[in-house]
Amino acid sequence: MHGMVNRALQGFLTTTYGPDVWAEVRGQAGLPFADFEAMLDYPDALTLACFEAACHVLHKPPNALLEDIGTWLVTDPHLEPLRRLMRFSGAGFVDFLHSLEELGDRGRLAMPDLDLPQIALDRHDAATFTIRARWSLPGIGPILMGCLRAMADDYGALALLRLEGIEDGVECLRVQLLDTAFSTGRSFDLGRVGA
Amino acid sequence: MIGLPPSLDRVIGLSGGALDVLMPMHLWADPEGRVVQAGPTLTKMARRGDLTGLSIFRLLEIRRPLRVDHVPGLIALAGQRLGLVLRDAPDLPLRGALTALPAGTGLILDISLGLSFARAVSEFGLTLNDFSPCDQTVELLYLHEANTATMALSRHLSHRLETARAAAEAQALSDPLTGLANRRAMDAAIARCLDDPTQEIGLLHLDLDLFKQVNDSLGHAAGDAVLERVGSILRQQLRHDDLAARVGGDEFLILLRDCTARDGMEPLAARLIATIEEPIPFQDGMCRVSASIGLVASVDYPHRPGIDRLLADADAALYAAKRAGRGRWSAHIPPPRGPGRRAGDAARVTPGD
Repeated sequence: MHGMVNRALQGFLTTTYGPDVWAEVRGQAGLPFADFEAMLDYPDALTLACFEAACHVLHKPPNALLEDIGTWLVTDPHLEPLRRLMRFSGAGFVDFLHSLEELGDRGRLAMPDLDLPQIALDRHDAATFTIRARWSLPGIGPILMGCLRAMADDYGALALLRLEGIEDGVECLRVQLLDTAFSTGRSFDLGRVGA
Repeated sequence: MIGLPPSLDRVIGLSGGALDVLMPMHLWADPEGRVVQAGPTLTKMARRGDLTGLSIFRLLEIRRPLRVDHVPGLIALAGQRLGLVLRDAPDLPLRGALTALPAGTGLILDISLGLSFARAVSEFGLTLNDFSPCDQTVELLYLHEANTATMALSRHLSHRLETARAAAEAQALSDPLTGLANRRAMDAAIARCLDDPTQEIGLLHLDLDLFKQVNDSLGHAAGDAVLERVGSILRQQLRHDDLAARVGGDEFLILLRDCTARDGMEPLAARLIATIEEPIPFQDGMCRVSASIGLVASVDYPHRPGIDRLLADADAALYAAKRAGRGRWSAHIPPPRGPGRRAGDAARVTPGD
């Protein structure tokens, strides 16, 4: 798995729970080094071992931890550049949902070797969508749920999200949009200079 | 007017609103060059409120392919790539293309941000909604930011690798030229032996003679060849449990484990000197060096010596050997334990020669 993904897992654990928890996770997972590097590749087994160790150390069910990671990706102040890149996808939350199918291409524009999930969006009516996501590792459904919940908040939209199970490795997520202008959301200045 | 009138079945009417959707940065001007309609994004960029009626030449400066300030000159550039700026933002180059309207009724000029798009978006305060979905400027901005972020990651990685390499080098235990241990490894090995009360050790401090002359007359490559050769001699002559280290330019330390008598060290010292004195081939010639050795044995001490004491005594013995002439060894013999006056340390230097 790409170092960015591993680095995200490590970053989530250290910023949310502190370096001691990361050290314990690292020890339990038998990681042969102290830190993941964002620009290197690692065997999937290491990623999975770290994640399992994290669930064990934190006494958290896997889906809850994955959802927290998704939320953290959008809301952590250190990851503001990532939030900005996500906001480039659409002027509003609905635009953003529609652009999710472009996520893979968008990710490859930024990092050609980054393997991002394949996402398909089904629109049932103006306010109801189903998202189907497939990734090389299991768990993309709850990650996306945490991420989308935070993005809805970012855009000032009010939405209900629910995991709809897994079919043939495709993880499904239902989005019920209640209000697209529920709050002012967070600001996004397209032309931030000096970035 | 010369030429055929446009075929009417190929002419369509577009509302001003349709133009705004398709080309949010367009200008529609009448035959006198006055603005009939300006797209919403261009209006926002111009910061003059409603632009209707304003002369496009007061609003814009057409620079390329040539400077023009009248409508016929502008219409002559129809279909070409135009370089222009807003007069209020002369340092933000824009691009444009124009087409003449039928029957001399004016022109439509469409504009886009040039390569200075990032600055332009910031300076004009543009948002995602200001761009047509067909305009890739937003994707360029995205790419620009993504590049900046990944470059920062790459720089961090290079920096960390450099730091790690320096740290590894500082913690290294071997001498890269000879493949022998280095000072740090030797000190650690001696300390470990001295910590073990059942372990008796011997220590040889070896310094090459004539090495400076080889370096000066034949160059550093010859010097390196000599050092490598000495490294391989030490590896061949020592037992598996012994340790040799290069601890200075042409200085070596040799640790002998399970060394219960000084007697055994003296033949080794003599053998090392003799082997090192054999000519060392380098390129077409031969390098000739010798060695002086100071040796100490822990069994000779009435009290268990510390590492500093052992090293200092080995150094003193080496100095005595050097003083006695090149190619000699000398043993440091501490005074025996006992009452009465302290006799002072003795030395035993290479006999005969």
